[in-house]
Amino acid sequence: MVTTFNDTQITEFKRLVARYPEGKHKSALLPALHLAQDSFGGWLSTETLDYVASLLQIEPIEVYEVATFYSMYNLKPVGKFVFEVCQTGPCMVSGSDHIIDYIKKTLDIQPGETTKDGLFTLKLVECLGACGYAPMMQVGKIYKEHLTKEKVDSIIAEYRAQATNN
Amino acid sequence: MGVKLLLDKADVPGIRTYEVYRREGGYRAVEKALKQMTTDEIVEEVKKSGLRGRGGAGFPTGMKWSFIAKPEGVPRHLVCNADESEPGTFKDRYLMEFLPHLLLEGLIVSSYALGSHDTYIYIRGEYAWITTILEEAIEEAKAAGWLGKNILGTGFDCNIHVQRGGGAYICGEETALIESLEGNRGNPRIKPPFPAIQGLWMRPTVVNNVETLAAVVPIINMGGEEYAKIGVGKSTGTKLISACGNINKPGVYEIDMTITVEEFIYSDEYCGGIKDGKKLKACIPGGSSVPILPANLLLTTAKGEPRYMNYESLSDGGFATGSMLGSGGFIVLDEDQCIVKNTYTLARFYRHESCGQCSPCREGTGWMEKILQKIETGKGEMSDIDLLWDIQRKIEGNTICPLGDAAAWPVAAAIRHFRDEFEWHINNPELSQTSNFGLQHYADPIHVPA
Repeated sequence: MVTTFNDTQITEFKRLVARYPEGKHKSALLPALHLAQDSFGGWLSTETLDYVASLLQIEPIEVYEVATFYSMYNLKPVGKFVFEVCQTGPCMVSGSDHIIDYIKKTLDIQPGETTKDGLFTLKLVECLGACGYAPMMQVGKIYKEHLTKEKVDSIIAEYRAQATNN
Repeated sequence: MGVKLLLDKADVPGIRTYEVYRREGGYRAVEKALKQMTTDEIVEEVKKSGLRGRGGAGFPTGMKWSFIAKPEGVPRHLVCNADESEPGTFKDRYLMEFLPHLLLEGLIVSSYALGSHDTYIYIRGEYAWITTILEEAIEEAKAAGWLGKNILGTGFDCNIHVQRGGGAYICGEETALIESLEGNRGNPRIKPPFPAIQGLWMRPTVVNNVETLAAVVPIINMGGEEYAKIGVGKSTGTKLISACGNINKPGVYEIDMTITVEEFIYSDEYCGGIKDGKKLKACIPGGSSVPILPANLLLTTAKGEPRYMNYESLSDGGFATGSMLGSGGFIVLDEDQCIVKNTYTLARFYRHESCGQCSPCREGTGWMEKILQKIETGKGEMSDIDLLWDIQRKIEGNTICPLGDAAAWPVAAAIRHFRDEFEWHINNPELSQTSNFGLQHYADPIHVPA
């Protein structure tokens, strides 16, 4: 696994750091971790965390404590597409339990697991701010809302097709 | 139709773009503020408007601004809190997604008033596509001369930067947000010092919610006094309410805080009534942390008066019989919803989101979740109810930040108003797994003493 940014990623990294006053570059840590996760297969290995620490010239422990605190950073490998299904109150009263059960059955995985083909990971998450459009899940940077069993089927088909085409 | 000050142009095609926003009268507030007003005059107008923080706490914005320290040679910062994470709340998302320039306009005026040359929008990490929308809007505004150096030839420089969070509810608390913006874990700071004295990078800082900053635009355009005429009492201006749960028309509505809760739920202009013709059982009117109310206490106060959608009326009766307007996250539960299960999911949420810094919150939220799960799955004992009550009381008021209170209140209110439903679960461990307690007496008119 390559753990250095390419030229485009380095340019983006520099843009992130430039938003903060001189000497306050540690502020770029959260955005830099997002960039690293997007760049290196959707998760952050220890090597990646150390690399980010070296780029920002901070101690590795400062990166570890942040990466382990925030729930968006994956510290283990994940599937190509991560289904992050909201299970908090407003989604629950709108039927998220049924959607979660249906995804578990359809993909034959439990929360936290990845399908054998490495395509899908199921994660149960807390409120994503889409309560009026419940039930919902996040896939990468996209929100999939007003979920029904039929819609889940078509979303899975859509990503399967996307994986085949790439 | 009520007055609309924020979403009045939301339906104009293309309003997200600078061109259309400007053509519709956008950026007039920046022109007026920067060319005709002093910074003190702007603060004064915001004070006169009676605007209260729209993130949930409802603290007067003008007063918050007036606290900012101005030591010689130390930069000051305005930070926009776009870490909208309170379950039931999705109003800021709507505002940023469809009217990004309204937020930028409010930010430029407010940055000028506070003397912030580098202003940060801290947005919840999951709103990744909105980050892109905001960054595009910033580029448009910069190209048109509303941001950057020497704005409108006034000598005022201002840049706005967007930072995504990492998925932590606690970062909606202003000092945790500041920690996160500095690249740290989101552990809230002990106050004092308040951010107005030592905030971001220990510099004087004001943190305001998205909707609060957007409301500065109509306040500047119409004047603080005119703004204060809208609404009632100390609930001035308009408020965005994000309505969700078992209603016909979930969505974001702008209200002028003079309508009743009943009108908001049942009129076609707003929620359009309860879904599938069912009955209203309960409602959490201001985001998941505020007390849940059964239908009878939601629609009328304990005195039997109609309850209104504003700060004072929703909190009428205190926590004994009232709730709070909070963030405006309005969660409606119909007759088939289980209060125990709902409370359990919220307790799980707060356990997940506790930063772990204070023992009462770190340990207590986990205990509450486990006990509620036990009751919900038919394994509860009668003594668990009092134990839950005891735990929530020991969390409330005993933590550095209000997350402890936010975790305690939903549990307390559920027991206070729905104790018989908890008892029913415990007395009917098998039945409670296949059916639910239902409506019982919760929608009955409440007893009014003679």
